[in-house]
Amino acid sequence: MTRNGRRIGAFFGQICSIVLVTFGFAQAALAQALDMREGVTEISQRVQSLHHLSLGVCIVVGIVVFGAMFYTMYSHRRSRHPTPAKFHESTPVEIIWTIIPTLILIGMAVPATITLIDIEDNSDPDLTVLVTASQWKWHYQYIEADIGFFSNLSTPQDAINNLVDKDENYILEVDNPLVIPTGQKVRFLMTSGDVIHSWWVPDFAVKQDAIPGFINEAWTRVDVPGIYRGQCTELCGMNHAYMPVVVEVLPEEEFLTWIEDQRVAAALAGEQAIADRSRTWTMEELMPIGEEVYIAQCATCHLPDGVGQGIRYPALAGSEIVNGPVEAHIERVLNGVVDTEMQAWAPQLSDRDIAAVITYERNSFGNDTGDIVQPLTVFESR
Amino acid sequence: MIAHADTIPKQRHPLIAFILRWLLTTNHKEIGTLYLCLAFLLFFIGGAMAMVVRLELFQPGLQFTQPDFYNQMVTLHGLIMVFGAVMPAFVGLANWLVPLMIGAPDMALPRLNNFSFWILPFAFILLLSSMFMEGGAPNFGWTFYAPLSTTYGPPSTDYFILGVHLMGVSSVLGAINVMVTILNMRAPGMTLFRMPLFVWTWLITAFLLIMAMPVLAGAVTMMLTDRHFGTSFFEASGGGDPVLFQHVFWFFGHPEVYIMILPGFGIASQIIPTFARKKLFGYHSMVYATVAIALLSFIVWGHHMFTSGMPLAAELFFMYATMLIAVPTGVKVFNWVATLWRGSITFETPMLFALGFVIMFTIGGFSGLMLALVPADFQYHDTFFVVAHFHYVLYPGAIFGTMAAVYYWLPKWSGRMYDERLGKIHFWTATIAVNLTFFPMHFSGLAGMPRRVVDYSIAFADFNMVSSVGAGLLGLTQILFLYIIVKALTSGEKVTDAQVWEGAEGLEWTLPSPAPLHSFHTPPEIEPDEAHAAADNV
Repeated sequence: MTRNGRRIGAFFGQICSIVLVTFGFAQAALAQALDMREGVTEISQRVQSLHHLSLGVCIVVGIVVFGAMFYTMYSHRRSRHPTPAKFHESTPVEIIWTIIPTLILIGMAVPATITLIDIEDNSDPDLTVLVTASQWKWHYQYIEADIGFFSNLSTPQDAINNLVDKDENYILEVDNPLVIPTGQKVRFLMTSGDVIHSWWVPDFAVKQDAIPGFINEAWTRVDVPGIYRGQCTELCGMNHAYMPVVVEVLPEEEFLTWIEDQRVAAALAGEQAIADRSRTWTMEELMPIGEEVYIAQCATCHLPDGVGQGIRYPALAGSEIVNGPVEAHIERVLNGVVDTEMQAWAPQLSDRDIAAVITYERNSFGNDTGDIVQPLTVFESR
Repeated sequence: MIAHADTIPKQRHPLIAFILRWLLTTNHKEIGTLYLCLAFLLFFIGGAMAMVVRLELFQPGLQFTQPDFYNQMVTLHGLIMVFGAVMPAFVGLANWLVPLMIGAPDMALPRLNNFSFWILPFAFILLLSSMFMEGGAPNFGWTFYAPLSTTYGPPSTDYFILGVHLMGVSSVLGAINVMVTILNMRAPGMTLFRMPLFVWTWLITAFLLIMAMPVLAGAVTMMLTDRHFGTSFFEASGGGDPVLFQHVFWFFGHPEVYIMILPGFGIASQIIPTFARKKLFGYHSMVYATVAIALLSFIVWGHHMFTSGMPLAAELFFMYATMLIAVPTGVKVFNWVATLWRGSITFETPMLFALGFVIMFTIGGFSGLMLALVPADFQYHDTFFVVAHFHYVLYPGAIFGTMAAVYYWLPKWSGRMYDERLGKIHFWTATIAVNLTFFPMHFSGLAGMPRRVVDYSIAFADFNMVSSVGAGLLGLTQILFLYIIVKALTSGEKVTDAQVWEGAEGLEWTLPSPAPLHSFHTPPEIEPDEAHAAADNV
C-alpha cells in the first residue's frame, strides 16, 4: 500500500470510528428515549428487567414468525413456486406449537410472580402517608407526624394556553410536592373524595387507584434523593391532564428538618389566621389576593373572566349567588355542592383567602355589589 | 278477495317505494348492505372525532378544544367505533355471507333481522344527539367508570344509557339470528365440521354476544337507577362499590374484545388459503383454538383492573389466565403461516389486507402478552402503551379484516370488480399510516404519558406529532377507500364468472356474480368428502 493509500485508510478508519462512536451514543440515547424508565427503586428496576424479558421474548418470537412469513411470501409466490404443496393437518405439529409457547410463558410467569409478591408486601412501613385524591389535586397527610397539605398544579394558565413558553416541567409541577426520606419504606394509603383517580410515579413503578370508599395500599423505598414526577392516570373529569404528582426525596436528616419546618409553618399560619381575623380589611387589600386565589383555584372551571362553561360550570358574572345575600355565597364556597365538581373549600383555603376570593367575585366580571367580606365573617361561618 | 286486493302492488312514488323497500326488507343481502352502509357512515363519524383528538394532541398546550369537549370526543370516538363501526360491520358481513356459505335461502328469522337493524339508527341518534345538549355529550370515556359517569355524569348520560340498551338489544337479536341460522339452516351434508371458518367464528361470536351483552345492559341499568331512583350500587357514600362497576363492565368488556376480533380471524382464514392456493393448514385446530379463546375470554376480565387494589391471589389468577390466551392465539397465527408455507402465493388486495392483519395483529398480541405481566402492567396501565396495544389489535384486526372481506366478496355481492391498482395503493398507505399513528404511542406510553389526556408534558411532543401526522394520513385513506368502492359499484369492470378468485372454495362461489337477490331456494348439493366424513364421525 502506498503512503497515500495508508493515509486514506487511516482517514477512513477514523471516520468509521467516529461514526461508530456517534452511532453508539445515538443508540444509547435512543434506547433511553424508547425504553421503559429504569426508575430509582429496586422494584422499578426489577419491573424494567421484566419488561426487557417479555419484550425480548416477543422480539425473538416475532423474528421467527415474521421471518418465516416473509420467507414464504418471497420464495413461495406464484412466479417462483407455481404449484402449491398439498399438505395440511398435522397433529404432532399442532402439539409442538402448543407446548413450546406454554413453556415460554411459564418462563415469563415465574419472575413476574416473584416480583409481584414483593410488590404486594405492604408490611412494616417506616412512614405512612395518606393520599386523598379529589378533582384535580392531591392531599397528603403524614399519619405519624400529623401534618397535611394539598398539592396543586402550579403551571400558569398562560403556558397551557400557549401565551408563554413551556419549560421542561410543563404540567408536571406543583405548589407543594410530597416529601419523603431516602432509604425508608414509605407506605401510601390511597383514597378519593369524589371520583376514581390513580396515583403514578413512573420512577418508583408505583401506580395505585384512589377510589372513593376504599383505601388501597402501595409502598416504595427510594435511595436516590431527587424530584420525581408523575401524573394522575385514571380519567377523572375535565382537568385529568392537569393533576401531576411530584415527589421530592430528601436525605433522612433533611427530611426531619422539613417535617419540623412544616410544624412551625402550621403554627405560624394559625397565628397569622388569628391576626387576619382580628382586624378589618379594605377592598384594596382583598381584591389582589382574591384575584390570585381565583386564578389559581376557580378559573379552570368558571374561566378567568367568570363566564363559566355551560350548566355544569355556571357563570359567576351576573350569578344569583354571587349577587345575592353574602351568607349564601360564603356557604357555597365553604361547603361546595355535593356530588359535583364544586368542592368544599373550607379545608383547602384560609379564612383570609376565602374572604378575599368572595370579595373579588362580588366585585368583578361586571358584578358590582360593593361587598367586602372579612376573614372574621368567614371564620364564624365555618 | 279483500286480502288478495291488498297484495296487488300499488303504483307508488319511486322515492317512497325506495324508502319502503329498504325499511321493510327482510332479505339477508339487503339487510347486510344496510348494516355495512351504517357501519361505514359511523366509521367516518367516529374517525372525524379521532381527528379532533389527534389535532389537539399535535402539540402540547390547549389549541383547538377545551378539556371537557376533548373528553367528549374521546368518549364518543370509542363508543362509536366499538358499537357503531366494528360490530355492525361484522353483523353486516354475517348477514351477507352466512346464508351463502351454508347454503341457506335466507337468515332463519328475517323479520327479526329487519328489526335488529332498524333499532341501530335510533340508538345512534340518541347517542349522537347528546352532543347538542346542555352540559355536552358523555365525557367519561367509553368504559364509563362510576362514579364519574353516575354521580358526576352530565345530564345527557341518560341518553347514552338508553342508546347502549338499544345497541345491546340489537346485538343480542342479531346474535340469536346468526346462531339459529347456523344451527338449523345448513344445507344437507354441511356438517358443523365442514362449515367455512368464517361461519365457525361467527357462531362462537354469537355465543359471546348473548352472554356478554346482557351484562352490559345490567351495568347501564344499575347506572340509571343510581342516577334517578336512589339506589347506591356504585356510590360509596350510600354503601355501594365503585369497583363493582369495573367488574361488571369488564365481565362484558373482555368478551366484547373477542367479539370484535373473532370474525376477523374467520375472514383471514377464508382469504389466506384462497391466495396461497392451498388448504388451511389446521382446520380443526383453528376451530378448537377459537373455542378456547372464547372460553378464556370470560375468566380474564380482571387484567383491566390490576391497579384497582386487587388481592395478590386474584392478580396472579388473572395474570396466568391472560397469559394462557397467548397459546390458542399463537396456534392461529402459526396455522396461517403454515397455510402460506409452500403455497403458490399472489398478492391481490384482499390478500394484502389479510396478511397485514396477521402481522400487525400479532404485534398487538405481543404487547397484550406484555400487559398481562402484573408488575409491568403497573407501569403500562392507563398509558399510551395501552392505547397502542388495543389499536394494533383493533385496527389491523377488525378494520383491516372488514376491508379485506369487502375487497374479497365485493365482486360476488355487486358483480363488479374494484380497481386493483387503487386497492394496492389503499393497502400500502393505510399500512404506513397505521404504523405511523400507533407505533410511536408505545414509546410515549413507556416514557410516562397517561391516556385520555388533553395535554401533555413537552417530553412526549415528538412522538405525538408523528402520531398526529399518521392519523391525518389514515383519515385520508378512508376517503380513498370510499372512492374505490363507489368507483367499483358505478363503473367497475363487470364480473361474469361465478368463481371470482381461482383458488376460492365455498358455496358462495357456486352462485352467479352478482349473487341473485334470492339464492339457494333448493339446497345445494354438497359432495361427500371422505376425509371430512371420517373426522365428523369421531
